Amino acid sequence: MRIRFEKRDYRSKRIAILVPIISLLVSFLLGAIVLGFSHANPLQTYGAMIKGAFGSQMKLQYTLVKAIPLLLCGLSVGIAFRLKFWNIGAEGQYVGGVIGITWVMQFWTFLPEALLLPVGIIVGVLTGALLGGIPGVLKAQWSVDETLTTLMMNYIIIGYAEYLYINAWKAPLGNMGTVPYPKVAWLPKIWGRVHAGIFFALALVVILWFVLYKTRWGFELNMIGKNQRAAQCQGVSIKKNIILAMLLSGAIAGLAGVIDSAAVTHQLTKGVDAGYGFTGIIIAWMSGLNPFVSIIISIIMAALETGTDALQMKLGLPSAMGEVLQGLILIPLLAGNIFIEYRVLFIRSHKELSV
Amino acid sequence: MSEFTTDETPVVRMVNITKHFPGVLANDQVDLTLHKGEVLALLGENGAGKSTLMNMLVGLYQPDSGEIYVKGSLADIKSPQDSMALGVGMIHQEFMLVGNMSVAENIVLGMKDLPFVPPMIEIRKKITDLSKRYGLQVHPDKIIQDLSVGEQQRVEILKLLYRGADILILDEPTAVLTPGEARDLNEILKKMLAEGKSAIFITHKMDEVMEFSHSVQVLRRGKSVSVCPTKSIKRVQDLANMMVGRDILFSLERGPYSPGEVRVEAQDLTVLPIGGGKPVLDNVSLTIQGGEILGIAGVAGNGQQQLTEALTGLLKVNSGKIFLNGKNMTNKTPLQIIKNGVSHIPADRGRMGVVGDMSVGDNLAMKKYRTNELSVHSVIKRGWVRKFAERLIEAFTIKTPNQDTSVKFLSGGNIQKTILAREIDSCGGILIAVYPSRGLDVGATEAVRQNLIKQRDKGNAVLLVSEELEELLMVADKIAVIFEGRIMDILDAKEATTEKLGMLMAGVEKEGV
Amino acid sequence: MNMVDFITKLLAATLAMGTSLTYATLGEVYTQKTGILNLGMEGIMLMGALAGFTTAFNTGNLFLAMLMAMFVGGLFSLLHAFLCITMRANQVPAGLAITIFGTGLANFLGERLGPASNNFNLTGMNLPSTFSNIAIPGLSNIPIFGALFNVSILTYGLYILIPFSWFFMYRTKHGMVVRAVGESPKTATALGISVSKIRYLYTTLGGVLAGLGGACLSLSFTPSWNQGMTGGKGWIVIALVIFSTWNPGRVVIGTLIFGGITSLQFSLQAAGLKMVIPSQFLGFSPYLITLIALAGMTIINQKKKGSFASPAALGTSFAIDDK
Repeated sequence: MRIRFEKRDYRSKRIAILVPIISLLVSFLLGAIVLGFSHANPLQTYGAMIKGAFGSQMKLQYTLVKAIPLLLCGLSVGIAFRLKFWNIGAEGQYVGGVIGITWVMQFWTFLPEALLLPVGIIVGVLTGALLGGIPGVLKAQWSVDETLTTLMMNYIIIGYAEYLYINAWKAPLGNMGTVPYPKVAWLPKIWGRVHAGIFFALALVVILWFVLYKTRWGFELNMIGKNQRAAQCQGVSIKKNIILAMLLSGAIAGLAGVIDSAAVTHQLTKGVDAGYGFTGIIIAWMSGLNPFVSIIISIIMAALETGTDALQMKLGLPSAMGEVLQGLILIPLLAGNIFIEYRVLFIRSHKELSV
Repeated sequence: MSEFTTDETPVVRMVNITKHFPGVLANDQVDLTLHKGEVLALLGENGAGKSTLMNMLVGLYQPDSGEIYVKGSLADIKSPQDSMALGVGMIHQEFMLVGNMSVAENIVLGMKDLPFVPPMIEIRKKITDLSKRYGLQVHPDKIIQDLSVGEQQRVEILKLLYRGADILILDEPTAVLTPGEARDLNEILKKMLAEGKSAIFITHKMDEVMEFSHSVQVLRRGKSVSVCPTKSIKRVQDLANMMVGRDILFSLERGPYSPGEVRVEAQDLTVLPIGGGKPVLDNVSLTIQGGEILGIAGVAGNGQQQLTEALTGLLKVNSGKIFLNGKNMTNKTPLQIIKNGVSHIPADRGRMGVVGDMSVGDNLAMKKYRTNELSVHSVIKRGWVRKFAERLIEAFTIKTPNQDTSVKFLSGGNIQKTILAREIDSCGGILIAVYPSRGLDVGATEAVRQNLIKQRDKGNAVLLVSEELEELLMVADKIAVIFEGRIMDILDAKEATTEKLGMLMAGVEKEGV
Repeated sequence: MNMVDFITKLLAATLAMGTSLTYATLGEVYTQKTGILNLGMEGIMLMGALAGFTTAFNTGNLFLAMLMAMFVGGLFSLLHAFLCITMRANQVPAGLAITIFGTGLANFLGERLGPASNNFNLTGMNLPSTFSNIAIPGLSNIPIFGALFNVSILTYGLYILIPFSWFFMYRTKHGMVVRAVGESPKTATALGISVSKIRYLYTTLGGVLAGLGGACLSLSFTPSWNQGMTGGKGWIVIALVIFSTWNPGRVVIGTLIFGGITSLQFSLQAAGLKMVIPSQFLGFSPYLITLIALAGMTIINQKKKGSFASPAALGTSFAIDDK
């Protein structure tokens, strides 16, 4: 018996919706196998994870706090991916945002205190945009491979941030980390740990949805992503749009960093490269680049992280289980997409059975 | 043509071959017989199932049902290697050569009985011997991408000969050749037939059938409709009717030729390739007036693509000037040129003409989404787009389940109609059409040609690039012949003949020279 | 310390560092040569490092450890091949998924496969034996170049593997098939070559070599197990493939340069240069230099009309039924 794929003559919407859901289930199933092999009870583990993520008001808040930068990073990556520009540098752009706001908080003391936060946000966002723009220009102007440039830049930016918090900007006390931002410049909390950054993130979801699905520019990005050459023939400038999209992508990743540092960490210090940028890749891909769907996915991903943090404390299981599950989600998702446009044929000699 | 005997067992017999593709019955109980020393022309429109049938003979596809006999015995052909072992080899329409490998490497590539380290010296010698024997001049150490199309075809033939093929299948072998090169090919074929080899020749050109073949088999919509000796055919028109199943329009309705002001003017356009070398466009000058169709004739790859890309802003020229609708548009962006009234039907529909993963409606809106007709400020009005698309789908009879269907699920003809609809609707005086009827069936081809003529009659300037001389002679008012990036001559379509154009396409300056 | 000593030591460090990179880069060259882009190298190398380390730790058998690393690397790239070839997934996100999954799983298992006495953690454990340097008497005493003859057996392996790979790719019938599949899968199909089979085969081989590359780190270079111990080397590999211009014979140039810069950076730090240049700057300098070299190389390549061009079908899926 042979298995063959045959092209459908339409896109199956039903399967397009089912694929991410099934992927999630499959990844938990595969994760259970991994857990079983490493002498842990999968049911108990998953139970502990869910409890750890949503078990109490405080835990829910903690998960939401994580979901905010994740959502923003997912949106950031999603814009670039729309153009098939593989920006895996959201991590670096995020750190760039933190560097930007920290710079303002540290050295722009001439500003009235009330202006520190807004100016800090702007500078952080611009830093992110600049760092996204560099690989954008390199790609648009000379087609330098963006996966590598964005990735190399991660190492450079994170290394530079390390230099700042260990060396140049280190607070006089302690052995790493900058002086905390002045309290007046902190992003206010609105519900327990949950801070006002959530408004930024949700507003951005609506704005991006509108821009991407309703405007001329969104239409152009869609064309470029799906057929660059045809878009060019229709008069759409590829170079300009790649650069613009990367500036925007970098700016949003920068915003994620700005918000998390203004609301949670209040300084530039070790752990600033928390991996939000990388998780953003998964969020973008799983949400099918749809901003609204990104909300749900980023909460799931945040829950995976807070849930696995709890694992370590409760069951002594490595927190890397979160990464394992994240990786596992992507694999059935990628494999499953084929069923949207193809059907499977099981061929026995000459008889064909379609399923 | 030399004679062959039919009393021997046929070298190929295909019996009752049926093949389905999703939604298409590509071959429906087709029989085919080829004798030793025979050239069989397989005639049919695009999509009639000729290539599919031959791809099954060489093992690229497997038939759903039916049997294939080669040299008298039942053959189970699962891959091209199986067919090669039986002496059956095919030259595909698109050459199957690896561009960055040498001629010799291409010739022996994938051969099963090759030793781990192929003895290149022996291989080269054998290739040289074969080239001498059949008059196929080509150096075994040359890299494929440095060869001309004609030379590449010789490599393809050598590849089959080297592997000992004695049944050759040629899929539209003359499509890429000048008339002169086509005659050379005929000579080579004759030499091979004299040695007892046989050939199947896929074509949709009637004159080639008459010139090259012993017998002709006509396929129509997957069915074999007729097999007969070529000699028995009295009129070419009969063949055409068999192929299409109805009378072909041999002329199109058109208004009188009354050219207006100059709309397209190219002066001394020169484009140099990246990295240097011979110019791909060499001092090209031409003008097109409103109400006029200028045809560009030439063998593919002689600069047609660069010319149209330069005119549409997709390619920068190194020198020269372009005036469109009276404005200097030299090296302006595609957008500026579109806004100046230029519409473009690109050569490669799927890659350049449409965005396959977007809906029919969106594809129709791809020029006008940026105008106030479909959007306000920067926001696209979805309702307007729907009405607009609805109107075009009706006006151009685009067959689609609805306007939300992704374009890639439409047939080639309907994809082309989508492009035509968009480009003609947004046309501001200049229409550039590159191979607009390539790969379309007769109905769609007619629709395309009729639309081009309509634009001309409305007073627009039309540039038509085509590889089919009949199309140019039928549709164009003037025909420019391009060869190696130069315009050889511009003829009045009424005075042009296939022979004259053929000479120019081969680079022969003037008759008698 | 005199200059000759310094250079000899630098070369020795470069070779030690570059061995892992070279195996993985060679693997990625084989993979990309057939048209498959495998961005999962980081995850595959880390899994290889883990598999090698845990096998060596439990059995004490280094060759079994090597085989295990190769097996696990092959398994992971087989998964990549399955996603890209059979399921026709986009190769970029598929590679990212492999990297995320591989690094996650390796880091997870690294805290589960250790001895109970160390809370199941492998970090901090020592191996009973490691691949140590073998000096060839006589040759190893030559100034500077002696470093070439005082290396581990893993490095000696490369002295054979690299010329062989070049020969294989450009002089044998199999190499010809590999190049054809990456350049023009249609042609290969028309000649009866199974594009999928070849791609599966060499993608898997690429992972086998990357797994071995990872094991070089945990069994010889470091030798230990640490979370994320590949530290981005899997990504450097992708850049090094571009520097090699997809020629297995030239793989060594990129790895020597990158390995050289990294080692130089370490020796400069040790030599106290961090008083002048902060250590973090030295730390990211290899990435910065790779970035600049990558951009420069791409720009030059365009001016030269793509003479160092990648395989034409790189990153595209292929199926005969696609029309």
